[in-house]
Amino acid sequence: MSAAIQRLKEYQFLLVELTKRDFKRKYKRTVLGMLWSVISPLLTLLVMRLVFTQFFGRAMEHYTTYLFAGNLVFSYFNEATTVGMNALVGNKDIFSKVNVPKYMFVFASNVSSFINFCLTFLVFFLFVALDGVPFTWMFLWLLFPIACLLLFNIGISAILSALCMFFADMQYLYKVFTMLLMYLSAIFYQVEVYPESVQRIFLANPIYVYIKFIRLVVLNQTLPSTEYFIMATGYAVIAFVLGMWIYHKNNQKFIFYV
Amino acid sequence: MTTLNVENVSICYRIGDFQSIGLKEYLMRKLTHTYFSKKFWAVKDVSFSLDKSDMLGIIGSNGAGKSTLLKAISGVMTPSNGTIQTQGKVVAFLELASGFDGDLTVKENTYLRGALLGYSRSLIDEQYDNIIAYAGLGEFADRPFRQLSSGMKSRLAFAIASLVQPDILILDEVLSVGDGAFQAKSEKRMKEIINAGSTTILVSHSLPQVRNLCNKVLWLDHGKQVAFGPSAPICARYEEFLRDGKLPEPLPWTDFESYYYSRLDADDGE
Repeated sequence: MSAAIQRLKEYQFLLVELTKRDFKRKYKRTVLGMLWSVISPLLTLLVMRLVFTQFFGRAMEHYTTYLFAGNLVFSYFNEATTVGMNALVGNKDIFSKVNVPKYMFVFASNVSSFINFCLTFLVFFLFVALDGVPFTWMFLWLLFPIACLLLFNIGISAILSALCMFFADMQYLYKVFTMLLMYLSAIFYQVEVYPESVQRIFLANPIYVYIKFIRLVVLNQTLPSTEYFIMATGYAVIAFVLGMWIYHKNNQKFIFYV
Repeated sequence: MTTLNVENVSICYRIGDFQSIGLKEYLMRKLTHTYFSKKFWAVKDVSFSLDKSDMLGIIGSNGAGKSTLLKAISGVMTPSNGTIQTQGKVVAFLELASGFDGDLTVKENTYLRGALLGYSRSLIDEQYDNIIAYAGLGEFADRPFRQLSSGMKSRLAFAIASLVQPDILILDEVLSVGDGAFQAKSEKRMKEIINAGSTTILVSHSLPQVRNLCNKVLWLDHGKQVAFGPSAPICARYEEFLRDGKLPEPLPWTDFESYYYSRLDADDGE
């Protein structure tokens, strides 16, 4: 038992140090670098807001919040998985020489992206306030999709980083895929214009489910139905278990691809 | 007390097209039936065991599977067949200077390396000043790592790796780290670790060194175990092999020792 605790402590130290490294690597220890992670989604938001209200004349209450919620979730997913998919390739110098649990690299890169996401989330609340959306205690439910999203991203990063080890061109293919995913996630448009049957198809997209969950809580100020809770949990658990299973299965194989 | 037990260990590598080709290329080659990959046994059926304070030298020509075997013992690889049992902490001094991050400072790299080697934070906190002093990097502590010379990097790596007393110590070639002064210092520290009772495994191409330092020798050839046993007879036979390129006969090599002594007797008889 004490050996297990000792091991956990070791891993905690490793996770903290790896996260610090990923974080510092990303921002190159500049103040602006850190700020950039907040400014960048804001600028995207600004562009989208301008394009869709000025040119497409979308009239909708709290459109900024609507847009921001979608953008927030998608950028987090995009960043966490794009950085996370390098977790193995980028650390091959380490795991080919030192015996460390490889999933630590995925965890560390995801924790680092998550911190970044939390900062953006604070800005999101600022915009929610500016947009005149009333704050309620119900917002605490937002912790649920966020936790699911974290798990989901870790899982997807694990799957992608394993694939990246085997196929070097995954990164380019994935870029195309995320672009498609962005358009399918109803970030700037509303799915309510489509018939009910089409709307249901959107729920097959986990990112859309997480976005919708957040919108329901913040904009509609209602607790999403049980169905949403099941879907949010389901996608996260499936992705996470699949990712860890792939790591477990290929744990010994990765080194041959170094 | 046996600290390391290697039993019928074989390690299979796959070699061929699969490395660093993309998905498109992979599919293309699969479709055109030009995809090539084959199995390659880097280590084949190796068995030996070591006791506490044994020092083993692994000898053999290039590509004999020495480094692969070390990787398996250090836990970076798992054998395809067979088992490796180790007792206690294994520390491997393999390609020390790699795996550091150029953007982090010396201090941050020290902590990261410590974490990777499974040390506790409190140990690094406690020993940090000693590590830096030992590596002679006092004025560089807050500099980005990439600004260090390669000698400095290895010095730091050595200082961190040699911090604890391992139960099993793995060395790829005897360490010669840094300049003359540091070399003497690191050699001294290495001897301390070895004399304190670590089971040591050393891969070396220098036969005199193996003869001097090691009490046991494992001879590998193309992944196969040619001999394992006391160092003097095996080193002598290995020297012969280096001259004429003929592997000792007869197989199996488990009987090698008696073969050697019978040869000695025969030589005496002449």
